[in-house]
Amino acid sequence: MPEAVLEARGVTAGYVPDLPILHEVSLVAHPAQITLIIGPNGAGKSTLIKAIAGLLPVSAGQITFGGADITHIRTDQLAARGIAYVPQTDNIFRSLTIRQNLDLALRRAGAGAPARLARLLEQFPALADKQRDKAGTLSGGQRQFLAIAMALATAPKLILMDEPSAGLSPKAAQEVLEHARTLTRSGVSILLVEQNVNQALRLADHCFILAEGRNQIDGPADALLNNKVVGEIYLGARRMGAA
Amino acid sequence: MIGVISYLVFFATTASILAIAVLGLNLQWGNTGLFNGGVVAFFGAGAYGTLILGGTPQAGHLGGYGLFYPLALLGGMAIAGLVAWIVGLLTLRLRHDYLAIATFGVAVAFENLMRNAEWLAGGAKGVRGFERPLRDALGDGFTYNIFFFLVVLVILIATYLFLERLVASPFGRLLRAIREDEEAAQSLGKNPARVRLMAFITGSVILGLAGGLYGTFYAFVSPQDVLPTLTFQIWAMLIVGGAGNNRGAIFGAFLIWGAWTASGWALSRFAPIEAQLYTGSVQFILIGSVIVGMLMWRPHGLLPERLVVSQRGKTPSA
Repeated sequence: MPEAVLEARGVTAGYVPDLPILHEVSLVAHPAQITLIIGPNGAGKSTLIKAIAGLLPVSAGQITFGGADITHIRTDQLAARGIAYVPQTDNIFRSLTIRQNLDLALRRAGAGAPARLARLLEQFPALADKQRDKAGTLSGGQRQFLAIAMALATAPKLILMDEPSAGLSPKAAQEVLEHARTLTRSGVSILLVEQNVNQALRLADHCFILAEGRNQIDGPADALLNNKVVGEIYLGARRMGAA
Repeated sequence: MIGVISYLVFFATTASILAIAVLGLNLQWGNTGLFNGGVVAFFGAGAYGTLILGGTPQAGHLGGYGLFYPLALLGGMAIAGLVAWIVGLLTLRLRHDYLAIATFGVAVAFENLMRNAEWLAGGAKGVRGFERPLRDALGDGFTYNIFFFLVVLVILIATYLFLERLVASPFGRLLRAIREDEEAAQSLGKNPARVRLMAFITGSVILGLAGGLYGTFYAFVSPQDVLPTLTFQIWAMLIVGGAGNNRGAIFGAFLIWGAWTASGWALSRFAPIEAQLYTGSVQFILIGSVIVGMLMWRPHGLLPERLVVSQRGKTPSA
């Protein structure tokens, strides 16, 4: 196994002091892989990704990125480190045009911005056609693509994605998740929180299952997909629903 | 006839000065979403600063530095910016209503300081001994008022153009992004606290500019000029005109100042004698009703911010 990109060890965190949602949660994400976090509602999936992104105070444990401690990092310092965070909702600026959204994300790129913009527009042709439109006019799937394009504009090594398929049609959800898969081929690592367990497990490399704010099981995604115990305990209802 | 024109010039000068203040507030509220409830503190800092720096020596209070007028005005703006910097560092972590309450408190504290600290700015008697610039050459009459109006008008237009450019610049884009979603802006590596502080200071410097011109126009400022009423008037102008739209801000300033002046005149002329004493209070009720009514039925103002219009077909600006 190559060295970890991101590692969380014994992370305890929550929204208010003395009321932790996460209890000593640990996980590892490896380079150019999709690391998936799943679990029933209220398991602490989004809380974990927000704690990693510096949006919630971590009261115990440590988070490292490329070996460096980022436990108490400020969210606006993530981009400079090479981490992009894509919030679940409200991840684009609706009153700005698509081009303005991208320009905002590209500011850090300096002289390399035009080339990077050209590459992004090539990668997301649907956005290229609508550059002058307000981002608020995009469909749900296109918004997620814009949010992902904005994340990529910061040239990240790791992207934290909080339920990118939430609220999308099954087809759009599949497109977004498949796009995430293609991103890893260029060397980007992805930490993905998902509710679409079946679809996500088929695309991911490794998976961590949380419940009630604690680690449950983890393992290679394809193994967990066919793991009966996992299905019964955590995914049973969803599996039947999705099939 | 000359009387009417003279009055119109006087009216337009005051309205233009207030329009500059509304533009400053618009940068804070309209473009950045900062609820500044203490407008008058920054307006007052500019007025007091300009008069103290540019005035003649006075016994009993600070001042009389006799600075060249443009320097005094810039100094007033700098003092407003300095006050905003301190207030901003202390309060900008607060959101919406809490920020409004905190800044309102700052404005009340400012008024009380000016009223009571006689050594600083003359206390209740105000700052005296300021000579309007070029008074020797132009006198005190109609010529001077026309000249001063033109100066204010040029400054108003310059402020408008500056803000239009600012809003269209990457910084303006960033302001709108942060107003819309702070978390998403943070995730792109932006520091919302710093950007908000910069917008707050810039808006307050513009409020200070308006205050400096106001003090210059009357060659006098006292605690009566920094009462909360002025904060509400400036807010009413922005809400009626259209927050987020600089033209709306200017339009609102002229409209509300016109309505304010007209209502004062109408009340003094037509209200029964017994009610004359209360015309000021009636005006407050009217301005409150206008704010509430606009917020209920036309919350985006008469000239709303242009947000939903597609910009298809425009040539790229970046």
